[in-house]
Amino acid sequence: MRNIPQLLVHDHADNVGVVVVEDLKAGTEMLCVVTSDNSDFRLTAKADIPIGHKVALKALKAGDTVIKYHEDIGKMVGDADVGGHVHTHNCKTKRW
Amino acid sequence: MALDFSNTTVKAWRRENGRVGVRNHVLILPVDDISNAACEAVANNVKGTLVIPHAYGRLQFGEDLELHFRTIIGTGANPNVAAVVVIGIEPEWTKVIVDGIAKTGKPVTGFSIEQKGDFETIRQAGWKAKEYVHWASELQKEDCPISDLWISTKCGESDTTTGLSSCPTVGNMYDKLLPQGIYGCFGETSEITGAEHICEKRAANPEAAKKFKEIWQAYSDDVIFAHQTDDLSDSQPTKGNILGGLTTIEEKALGNLEKIGRTSTYIDAMGPAETPSKGPGLYFMDSSSAAAECVTLMAAGGYVIHTFPTGQGNVVGNPIVPVIKISGNPRTLRTMSEHIDVDVTGVLTREMTIDQAGDALIEMIVRTANGRMTAAEALGHREFSMTKLYRSA
Repeated sequence: MRNIPQLLVHDHADNVGVVVVEDLKAGTEMLCVVTSDNSDFRLTAKADIPIGHKVALKALKAGDTVIKYHEDIGKMVGDADVGGHVHTHNCKTKRW
Repeated sequence: MALDFSNTTVKAWRRENGRVGVRNHVLILPVDDISNAACEAVANNVKGTLVIPHAYGRLQFGEDLELHFRTIIGTGANPNVAAVVVIGIEPEWTKVIVDGIAKTGKPVTGFSIEQKGDFETIRQAGWKAKEYVHWASELQKEDCPISDLWISTKCGESDTTTGLSSCPTVGNMYDKLLPQGIYGCFGETSEITGAEHICEKRAANPEAAKKFKEIWQAYSDDVIFAHQTDDLSDSQPTKGNILGGLTTIEEKALGNLEKIGRTSTYIDAMGPAETPSKGPGLYFMDSSSAAAECVTLMAAGGYVIHTFPTGQGNVVGNPIVPVIKISGNPRTLRTMSEHIDVDVTGVLTREMTIDQAGDALIEMIVRTANGRMTAAEALGHREFSMTKLYRSA
């Protein structure tokens, strides 16, 4: 059976990726694919992360800019370990 | 190898004004809310008709009234409609609607209820509706080039999978079909927030960019900041978006804009329910990001097929325009596949490229134009929601 990625990343400049499988468990060594060129790498999930939710590709600290689609999508308002969950609890728009 | 769509045709109805429709409705169309009952009675008496009840049409004025008229007239004028019976409470506004629809050359007759009552109006309108049904049901389809289709798009219940799969699928379709000469349309003014700088750059000319920026800025100033709570987060992203993993409006907007592809540029930015006036190409329409409102406005603008990427599973349909649902979210396909027409989950598993997904969508567009009922049509989704700009008098 061929390998199905657990995580997709839009661009090499991004510091978050998206979980694309259901029931991802903490400790899973994820196959991660960068969709811009189909290159891949491995990353261990630090938490149970729902499908569609974001994972930090490197350690992110409060104040860091979150990059997805090679664009600024907001700022960290809390920390996330590499492989940790990035969502509304630690990430927010810079607009408001 | 990329498929060639230059010789692709669909079997559809060519209307009196040359436009191509993919459905053949006889509409019973109320001018106003209090004429709904008479319209529903006519539609009950005469099979093969379609009634579109709605909530507005009295005591509106100014720009809001213009939008109301434009939406009702545009709905009747849409090429998916063969003929229209219009019913309003009084003759003057009824005539405005009838005259607007009549410009297409299609059969349309108006009835007003005052000094007649529902019974007599229903009787008279029923005879006309029956005449139209007999006439419309004998209209023959003909071969039409795919370039005759007007195809709109708007996504709903978005999540991070829409930006990865279903939205770029629509974008790929536009990159392939716009060069063939179709009309395209995207909108969702509030949802461009976060990617407005990118959207501005995707204009084909400086005028279109300027018009887009003015529309976007006016919405931000007049609506968002005028009625602001703490931020947009209570509705943009929506609770469903957040459940699906979207965190910020910027992230949502960037995924949304994937719908206009890699190479497509828009040639004009237009007001809600306006009809494109600059020839074939892609248009931005000032519109709500709420699914039913947005599809209603684009249908009123003359678009005959709507492509609708969804992540968490929006179930919206439209009375006159087939809404093709595209999803790449495996959970949505597992739990609510009855709503999805094009499954692009293979994009996430890397078993399907965006190019293949775009071809699959185009194939579904052709099948839908040829008569295949969409999931939303089969399930009876006929949401018709008019955009209202401010309170009535």
